[in-house]
Amino acid sequence: MVKKTFSLQKNVSRFIDNGQLRRNLRFSMDTMKQTRAALFSDKSEFETLRKLGQSIRQRSLDKLPELLVQLEEKCTANGIRVHWAETVDDANQIVLDVINQHGSSRLVKGKSMVSEEMHLNSFLADHGVDPIETDLGEFIIQLAGETPSHIIVPAIHKNKAEIADLFHKKIPDTPYTEEVEELNAIARKILRQKFFEAEIGISGVNMAVAETGTLCLVENEGNGRMCTTLPPVHIAVMGLEKVVEKLVDVPPLMRLLTGSATGQPITTYVNMITSPRKPGEKDGPREIHLIILDNKRSKILADPQLRQTLQCIRCGTCLSHCPVYTRIGGHAYGFVYPGPIGTILTPQIEGLKNTNDLINASSLCNACEEVCPVKIPIPDLIRRLRNESMSNKGSVEGAGTKRALSEMSAWKAWKLINRHAVLNRLSGKAAAAFGKQLKGIGPLKAWTSCRTLPKFARKSMLDLADENGVSDE
Amino acid sequence: MKRDYPEKPERVYYFGTCLVNMLYPEAGMAGISLIEREGVEVVFPRKQTCCGQPAYNSGFPEEARDVARHQLKQFGKNYPIIIPSGSCAGMMRHHYPKLFADSPEYQEMLRFSDRVFELTEFLVRVLQIRLEDKGEPVKITWHSSCHANREMGVIQDSKSLLRQLSNVELIELSREDECCGFGGTFSVKQPEISSAMVIDKVEDIRQTGTKKVISGDCGCLMNITGAIEYRNLDIAGQHIAEFLWERTHG
Repeated sequence: MVKKTFSLQKNVSRFIDNGQLRRNLRFSMDTMKQTRAALFSDKSEFETLRKLGQSIRQRSLDKLPELLVQLEEKCTANGIRVHWAETVDDANQIVLDVINQHGSSRLVKGKSMVSEEMHLNSFLADHGVDPIETDLGEFIIQLAGETPSHIIVPAIHKNKAEIADLFHKKIPDTPYTEEVEELNAIARKILRQKFFEAEIGISGVNMAVAETGTLCLVENEGNGRMCTTLPPVHIAVMGLEKVVEKLVDVPPLMRLLTGSATGQPITTYVNMITSPRKPGEKDGPREIHLIILDNKRSKILADPQLRQTLQCIRCGTCLSHCPVYTRIGGHAYGFVYPGPIGTILTPQIEGLKNTNDLINASSLCNACEEVCPVKIPIPDLIRRLRNESMSNKGSVEGAGTKRALSEMSAWKAWKLINRHAVLNRLSGKAAAAFGKQLKGIGPLKAWTSCRTLPKFARKSMLDLADENGVSDE
Repeated sequence: MKRDYPEKPERVYYFGTCLVNMLYPEAGMAGISLIEREGVEVVFPRKQTCCGQPAYNSGFPEEARDVARHQLKQFGKNYPIIIPSGSCAGMMRHHYPKLFADSPEYQEMLRFSDRVFELTEFLVRVLQIRLEDKGEPVKITWHSSCHANREMGVIQDSKSLLRQLSNVELIELSREDECCGFGGTFSVKQPEISSAMVIDKVEDIRQTGTKKVISGDCGCLMNITGAIEYRNLDIAGQHIAEFLWERTHG
C-alpha cells in the first residue's frame, strides 16, 4: 500500500506538538534503554557478542540462496509446507488460499512485522476474514484501529489512561479501570475464548534454522505458543532474510535479540517449531505452512553495502535510542517500519520517490549504530540512500528523485568556495557583513524559529592568525 | 576507539574548521595557544577551507571528495593534524577513507586520516598536558557532541581536562550523550524535530543551575547558544579550548 502523498515534514508537524505522546515515548524509551543497559553492562562482553551476532548474520546472508533451499528441504522433510512469495500480494493470496481450503473464518494472530508489511489484516478483512491480534499491544491497537508505532512494543504511544478509555468504549460491558492487572484480565478473558475457537493461527518467525528446519519464535505472553499450538492449522510468515545456518547460531542471536529488545536475558516463552503434530502426539497443529516473503529483499541482497540492512533481527533498540523517534513516534514515519531501521529499510522496499523526505529523519548522531546488536552501519546507509536520492546513477528504486536544480547548484557553489581559498575568505566576510539581513529567507528562517542567528565574527580565525603571526609555512 | 599515539612532535598542523573560522575564531586561537604553550609549533595553513561533511551528509559525495582533496593538498607534510572539533575530526579521520574506498587515492587518504587528532585528545594523550587553574570558582556543565563521543571517542579526554581545573565544578547533564539536534543540514531540513531536540537540551542545561555550558564542537554550541539566547536565558556557551585557555593563562 503506497502512500503517494507521504511527507515526513507534514507528519512531523502533526505529531511533534503532541505533548502526551512525547511524554509517553520519553518515559517508555528511557525504561527500555535502562533495562537494556543493565543487561549489557559489560561493554567488552557486549562488543564481543555483537561481533559474533554480526558475523552470524553476514554469513547467513552470504549463503542465503543455498540456506533457503536447505531450509525448504528440511522443513518439507519435517512436514512443514513451504510457500514462496515474491510480493506481498502473493503472500496474502497464499494465506487466503489456506484459509479457503479449510473453510475457516476464525483466526488468531501473534505479533509479526512481516504481516504488517503485507497489510494482511486489511487484506483479509476485504475478503471477509477478521483475524484477532493476540499480543496485548497488538490487541490494543487493533481495537483502536491503528498500526504499530514500535517494532517491539506496538502500542507504546498509548498510556494507561488511554488504554483504559479504549477498553471501556470498545469492549462491551467493560467498566473504566486504570489498574494494569484488571486491564490484562479483560484482554485475557476475551483472548482465551478466541484461542479455544480458533481454526487457524498466524505467527511471525524470529529466525529459521536451515540445518534443522526449525522456526524460532520468542514472546513474553504465551499468546505466540497458543497461536502456534492450539489451532489445527498454523501459518508462519517470514522475510527471506530471517534464515540462519545452524542451530548453534541461535543462542547468541537470541541473547542479542531479547537483550536489545526488552533487556531480558531470555524471553518468557521461546518456541522452537520443527514439525506439525506427529502420529500419537496429543497436541500441536495438524498443518504448518511457512510463507517466505521476498518483497525486494533479494534486490537489497544484491548490493554489497545495502545488504547490511538485511542483518537486522528486528530488536527495535535503534528506535528506543533514536532522538528523532523519541520526538515524533513511529506513526510519523508513515510506513510499517519506523525509526532508524525504517529510515534505511523503507526506501529500499517502497522506493526513494514514494518515501520522499524519509531519509532526512536523522541527525546522523550515530546512537543507532552504537547500540545495534548486529552492527548495522545505519548512518552510513542513510548517507548512501541520500546519495542515491541525488544521483541519476543510483541503483535503488526511485534514485535521483531528489535532484533539484536549486540544491544541486547550491552544492556546486559550496564546492567552488571550498576549493578556492580566496573565494572562501570572501564568502566568510560576506556572511559576516550580510548574515543578519538573511534572517527571513530559506534555511535561516527555519533556523530562527527557535534560535537567534549565528553571530559571525568581525575578524575570522584566518585574520587573527595573520595578525598574530601564526606560521603558514 | 583504540589508537596508538605518537611521541610529542616538534610541529603540528591545525585545521580550524569553517565554523570556528567564521563564528568562534577566539576558540580556534585558544586551541593554538594551548598547544604552543607546551612547546609545540603550530602551522595553520591559510588555504584550508571545510572538511566536506555538509556535502557528504547531504547526498553529494563527489563535491565532498573534491573538497577533501583540497584539504589534503594544504596538509601535505607528515605532521599531526589537530582539530578543535570532534565532528570535523570524525569526518577527516573516519569518513575520508570511506569516501575514497574505491579510489586509487585510498591509501593516501588513509595516511592522512591517521594523522588526524581531536584537540582535547591530542592535549591529553600526546602532550599529557597539566593545567593550573587560575580562575575564580565556577560551576559549569558539559555537552558531548555526538561525533566527539561516538566517532572519535574522546569525551573522557575532554572531561578529564575540565576536571584538572581545581576551581571548576562540573555538573553533568542528565542526558549528556543525547544529540542537541544540530546535525548540520538536518537543523534546516527538519527544523521542527531539530527545534524539539535543542529545546530539550537547553532545558537539561537549565536544570543543572549552572551559567555556563562547555562543548568541544562549535556546531552544537551555535545551535545550543542560539536556543538559549532565543529564550533569553542567562547561560553562556563556550568552546572548551577557549575556556581552558582563559582559566590557565596569564
